[in-house]
Amino acid sequence: MAVVTSPVGARRGFPNPFRDVAASRRQRTILVVLLVLAIGYPFFYQAIPDVLPRPSVNNLIVMVYYAILALGLNIVVGFAGLLDLGYVAFYVFGAYSTAFLASPIFGLHVSWWLVIVVAVAVAATAGILLGAPTLRLRGDYLAIVTLGFGEIVPQLVRNLDKVNINILGVQVIGPDFNLTGGPLGINPIDAPTLPIPGPWGRELVFSNGNPAGSLYLAMGLLVLSFFVCRRLRDSRLGRAWMAIREDETAAASMGINTVTTKLLAFALGASFSGLVGAFVGAYQTAVFPESFNFSVSISILIMVILGGMGSLRGVIVGAFVMTYVSQTLLPFLGGFIDGPVQSFGKQTGVGFLENFTLVAYNFLIFGVILALLMIFRPEGLLPAAARKAELHGEGVAAEATFGTDTSVADAATEFEEQIGGIAEAEGPGASPPGAPGAPGAPGAPAGEETAGGAS
Amino acid sequence: MIGGAPGTGGAAAPAPRTEMAGAAGGEFLLEATKVRKQFGGLVAVHDVDFTIPRGGIVSLIGPNGAGKTTFFNMITGLYRPTSGTIVFDGQDITGRKPHEVVHAGIGRTFQNIRLFGNMTAIENVLVGLHHTLKGTWWQAIIQPPSIRREEDRALERARELLGIMGLGERQDDLARNLPYGDQRRLEIARALATNCRLLLLDEPTAGMNPEETRQLTQFVRSLRDRLGLTILLIEHDMKVVMGISERVTVLDHGEKIAEGTPDEVRADVRVIEAYLGRGAAGRG
Repeated sequence: MAVVTSPVGARRGFPNPFRDVAASRRQRTILVVLLVLAIGYPFFYQAIPDVLPRPSVNNLIVMVYYAILALGLNIVVGFAGLLDLGYVAFYVFGAYSTAFLASPIFGLHVSWWLVIVVAVAVAATAGILLGAPTLRLRGDYLAIVTLGFGEIVPQLVRNLDKVNINILGVQVIGPDFNLTGGPLGINPIDAPTLPIPGPWGRELVFSNGNPAGSLYLAMGLLVLSFFVCRRLRDSRLGRAWMAIREDETAAASMGINTVTTKLLAFALGASFSGLVGAFVGAYQTAVFPESFNFSVSISILIMVILGGMGSLRGVIVGAFVMTYVSQTLLPFLGGFIDGPVQSFGKQTGVGFLENFTLVAYNFLIFGVILALLMIFRPEGLLPAAARKAELHGEGVAAEATFGTDTSVADAATEFEEQIGGIAEAEGPGASPPGAPGAPGAPGAPAGEETAGGAS
Repeated sequence: MIGGAPGTGGAAAPAPRTEMAGAAGGEFLLEATKVRKQFGGLVAVHDVDFTIPRGGIVSLIGPNGAGKTTFFNMITGLYRPTSGTIVFDGQDITGRKPHEVVHAGIGRTFQNIRLFGNMTAIENVLVGLHHTLKGTWWQAIIQPPSIRREEDRALERARELLGIMGLGERQDDLARNLPYGDQRRLEIARALATNCRLLLLDEPTAGMNPEETRQLTQFVRSLRDRLGLTILLIEHDMKVVMGISERVTVLDHGEKIAEGTPDEVRADVRVIEAYLGRGAAGRG
């Protein structure tokens, strides 16, 4: 233990951002390899035979941006211990503020690089506004109220296409002012561009017309998000969040202002969904209210739980696994299963088998996975060490200490990584279904390790 | 900020305030006047006047349900008094929020240990240091050198405090995995980290064996003698109370029934009836 903690001085000197992501040399090597694979993926992806469940570049992008959403929700749920069932609400704010600023709806065409800043700020503000009424609530009550917000906000955008506000008989807004485009959404949204000329034309455009570029942009945002989350976790604020998670009364009695600390969790957690909202709006060049269902909140929560609450690497893996399974693996398997099952259904006259599609059973399958996970591995796939200890008692206490003192000194991280790096490097590859199929592997763990190098 | 200048104002330095109790005389660090707490129809604390002299060790005793912890919780801001005022070192802290009370300089422990179980010992202490640090959320992200230095100093200070409490070896153990006695001591380390001038200990020896109790009692006295802290104890163990307190206040059914030196209180008829009397009857 002495080795772990002694050199405080390891923190000193110039900050090396790379070191924050991957401390040990081994980790760095893996990181570089996976980054290269991920960057190259759009080019060699075509060469992978499609008899394997390879994710398309677009699938990979979805995996990456869900990982960012999971990181954001993890701040609220995993760090501060506030069960938020309405995270999608913040996502709506991010996506629609992008749509307002960069689409024909109001004739505004602000540069996306500015829009993303505004979207993050708007989402963070929404986090504060929606967080404020819940401050006095704990546990189940908080969950119910956030659930309400998660329903209200998407309903609002679905219905704010004919706004009429009359004050004292004078029509202030209207008639039938179209704010959100209603069920039709807002379309088209400007794509992010960079004035870099090349084979692609006068400027580089990041949207679904340029999947590789969009992938790199999304990966960049993921790396940035991971980096920010990690630093927040290992800071004064991160410790305050965890103290509140552990015992709010005691935290207050140690001088922590629980009101501002919780609001910061909501605001900073929400800001990541603003980031993703801006990205997705531009990437899909449209926003639709249908993309912001309650199921999105739950999916992101499942990613966090599946991967391991409070564990940065865990929630990224959780997001990758879940998105990969639902977007790539199930359609792939469905390609083999659906036909035979349907014809079997027709032969036997069993109604529901006639229309069987595996993809439709997405949530059923996740329900089963989650139930099994809660029974056999309640701490998640790649848990934060402390949580592992919590759920498995004294037995893993010694391991646990390595993990948790990462916040104490980078030196500790380094040590931990040297030990844990071996298991971890294999862990993500071994557990997600992405691994068995060789083509899936480079894509999936790539982004994960991009960010997942350090614990 | 203690992290900033170790040894100057920090609790670790043997303070020259040792004799302050005598020197300050009538000056009180904490003055509670006619403090009352009502829960519906129940008056848990009934217009209690209470003072703590600077540098003193004062005990609050009384049978179960006498209102001791309620009184504690009013001082520390967990409860808002129904009426009355609490003045700490010249500032009115009545009804202040718990974290504001900590900022004013009052630290506490809990009767039923309330550590942050899934954080390590040193992280627990770092949380205690929270309000002495300045890092904001954006500084956490950017990590300017000043914040890195601040964190380094906080770590150093946290280790020092763990060392004082004899927990140096356990700094990386999760709080929940510590033995009971260590958990009690870690709670004190965490409270000391807040850089408090008044330390409130809610039954610090509960559940300890006689040897541990004796050590802790000595330790509490040395906190006062070496660090110049003022200490308010809630205690059931009469040996502890009589051994170290200079003044004892007795609560019963929310009312103050006696106050004075341990000997005076011990001799007080109402106290014997209300509290000691039961023990004596039990023995007899």
